[in-house]
Amino acid sequence: MHSEHQIPIWFFIGLLLTVYGVLILGCGIYNVICPPEHPVKLANLHADIWWGILLLVIGLIYTIKYRPSKD
Amino acid sequence: MKLLKNLCIAAFLFVFLMPFKTATAAAGGAASHLLNLSTIDMVIIAIYFVVVLAIGFYLKKYTSTGDDFFMAGRKMTAWIAGLSFISANLSSLETMGWSAMAYQYGMLGAHAYLIGAIPAILFLAIVMMPFYYICRTHSVPGYLKLRYGEGPRALAGISFTFLTVMVSGASMFAMAKILNLLLGWNMNVSIWVSSITVGIYVFLGGLLSAVFNEVLQFFLIWLGTILIPILGIISAGGWHKMLETAQKNAAIIHPTVQNADFTSLWRNLGSFDTNPMGIDWFGMVFGLGLAVSFGYWCTDFLQVQRVIIAKDLRSAQNGTVIGAMLKMLVPIIVTIPGLLGLAVLLNPDGSPMILVPESDPRANITLRTFNDVLPLLMGQYLGPGLLGLGVTAMIAGFMSGMAGNVSAFATVWTYDVYKPLLNRKASDKHYLSMGRWCSILGVLISIATAYALFYFSNILEFLQVLVFFFIVPLFGTVILGMLWKRATPAGGFWGFLAAIIISMSMWVFVHTFPDGSRPHPSVVISNNAVVSVAKQDGDKISRVVVESGQIQTTNVTIPLEAGKEPVTSGQYVVPQTGIELPGIVKDAAIAKNLRVLVPDAIESDTKQHTKFGVEGISLVLKPGVTIRASYIAKKFDAAAFNPAHTKYVARSEKAKPMAVNMYSAFWSLIVCLSVTIGVSFFTKPKPVEELKNLVMGLTDIPDEGPCPWYHNPKLWAAVVLVALVVINIIFW
Repeated sequence: MHSEHQIPIWFFIGLLLTVYGVLILGCGIYNVICPPEHPVKLANLHADIWWGILLLVIGLIYTIKYRPSKD
Repeated sequence: MKLLKNLCIAAFLFVFLMPFKTATAAAGGAASHLLNLSTIDMVIIAIYFVVVLAIGFYLKKYTSTGDDFFMAGRKMTAWIAGLSFISANLSSLETMGWSAMAYQYGMLGAHAYLIGAIPAILFLAIVMMPFYYICRTHSVPGYLKLRYGEGPRALAGISFTFLTVMVSGASMFAMAKILNLLLGWNMNVSIWVSSITVGIYVFLGGLLSAVFNEVLQFFLIWLGTILIPILGIISAGGWHKMLETAQKNAAIIHPTVQNADFTSLWRNLGSFDTNPMGIDWFGMVFGLGLAVSFGYWCTDFLQVQRVIIAKDLRSAQNGTVIGAMLKMLVPIIVTIPGLLGLAVLLNPDGSPMILVPESDPRANITLRTFNDVLPLLMGQYLGPGLLGLGVTAMIAGFMSGMAGNVSAFATVWTYDVYKPLLNRKASDKHYLSMGRWCSILGVLISIATAYALFYFSNILEFLQVLVFFFIVPLFGTVILGMLWKRATPAGGFWGFLAAIIISMSMWVFVHTFPDGSRPHPSVVISNNAVVSVAKQDGDKISRVVVESGQIQTTNVTIPLEAGKEPVTSGQYVVPQTGIELPGIVKDAAIAKNLRVLVPDAIESDTKQHTKFGVEGISLVLKPGVTIRASYIAKKFDAAAFNPAHTKYVARSEKAKPMAVNMYSAFWSLIVCLSVTIGVSFFTKPKPVEELKNLVMGLTDIPDEGPCPWYHNPKLWAAVVLVALVVINIIFW
């Protein structure tokens, strides 16, 4: 993480959160289009959509800021 | 490219392991599961496993020396050290366990994160860290060696390595059990998949890999769990409404403490019977706040190791203060869900859902347990995708705790047991190799412990207190060594040993019952027995009749035949006249409700399977029913506390288990300090020149140069302390 060429942990975190953000956001959008038969409580708040967006934003910030440089 | 290759290897390993997991998912759980995962949830969990393995493979090339493997090269920044410090402690047992505590004890559960943590963490950062850091020790037992000599180090090293793997195995067993109950996953597969994963990444990257993954796991734990309090409070109608409902429902859910205040931190600690924890302010402040907390946070090597690996002393101190800040926030994801459990978990008819402790015979048969609070809330609020993230957070928590134990085990075994006692002159490469294989050995011993718990689950009760036996005396010994130059090696050794012995003696004493400990009178109706149930006022069961089959009674007096002495043990067949067991039975002259448990019987009218549990109603046994009766009175019962004995340890017969543990820790610390001081006055201290950099007054704290105000650990420690006071006043 501080060695010259070591990829920082923040990059791995960013990558994982980005992937999770995409999956959860996609799931949320799918649930709006095809509402599940037995929705969870407060499904009307669409927590999966805004939480997916939040994960995606945090993930992208970390991924871009800490991406490994080429040199 | 290299990273891509590592990802591919990790994906291959996971794909290899995954079929076992999914194949057994269906076979593992006959019972109804709390959570049902969709494909997207499984994908989210799978990605997590792939990433942690990939990190392990990636970091292997950065661990080429002993210092890299055991101390992560001593180059962590303050934030990484702080996040790792807190994440190693934030295991799922912690989050689920303390949510359960908050459900059981209300807001008092938050003390574990406030007075029970913050002062001790700040003390570690400001007072103790310079000594740990400057003496360049690899471990806390290593400090004992430098300060006192080989005796205390061997005692601490051996007890620590033993405890670490035992606790790790116990956590693994608990994890497998929870995943089985929640998701229906096969316990064997859960144990092997998680341990192999942890084993691989610690073997490859050592502490560096463990720390990397702990930081990752910290994010997952928070992001996967924090939605529960957010959605729960919205659902409860706001914060104040939630507290009001929780207090109202607590009287129904916890009838034995129905007058207790569940929603305050200090207001209810005036006496032992005004709060659900059965503790008073003295026990909370001096037991939890001083003995347990300082013992755990200042000398548990698993924790200390996370911050002594920082790149410089200031980073180590700031990392610890960051850990304190983050620790203070944990009640948001732990205590609030527990309170939400009291407020928003309802039965279909709108009544509060009653959860019971694991020790309750109805647990996981007719009623869910305290430990299910968090998963129940997850199932209530998290849909597909979010549920996968929540379960990943749980698995991540289990694995971060286990990785912490395994890496600490490898370090202490190699440096404090193997090197000084077995092989003093080996090369660094040899110790590195020993550390790698110790990681695997630690995992294997943990697995063996987990399997031992399948057959001896009572060990779990012993293990939970075992930690207190060692860490509190260890703190007493270390702190006197750091602050008092007159403390002698003999004083340190005998103080440490005496406190361990006194801790164990107190534990045995409070669990001893000269008149016998008798379990509650109960009847379990065996599977497939035929029963009929009489009801009144709708669904309320008023009488149970066993038509045929077998029952098992414990501590119930059975009037087998009129005119003859009733029986309490043996095997009998109900005579033609039939038997009626009253709903209230006398046990040693005390009237108790008869507890009837029906895990899986057949209803005589409908021929349908049924399960339920009732108390205080009469049970009618028809002719031909077989009775297997037993009478149990144990002289020693690790699951029960003898009030007649607890009053000598915890000042009151009303003291409950938590209070007894806190007071025991306090006495243990007092004994340790007294014996160490007493023996030190009569024995020879070490020469002053040997105590340099180990004792206050003989240690020059290095000047690390000027720093901007926002890097000053003392300033941030003061800010955290003020925040702690403010929080305690707000929730007084």
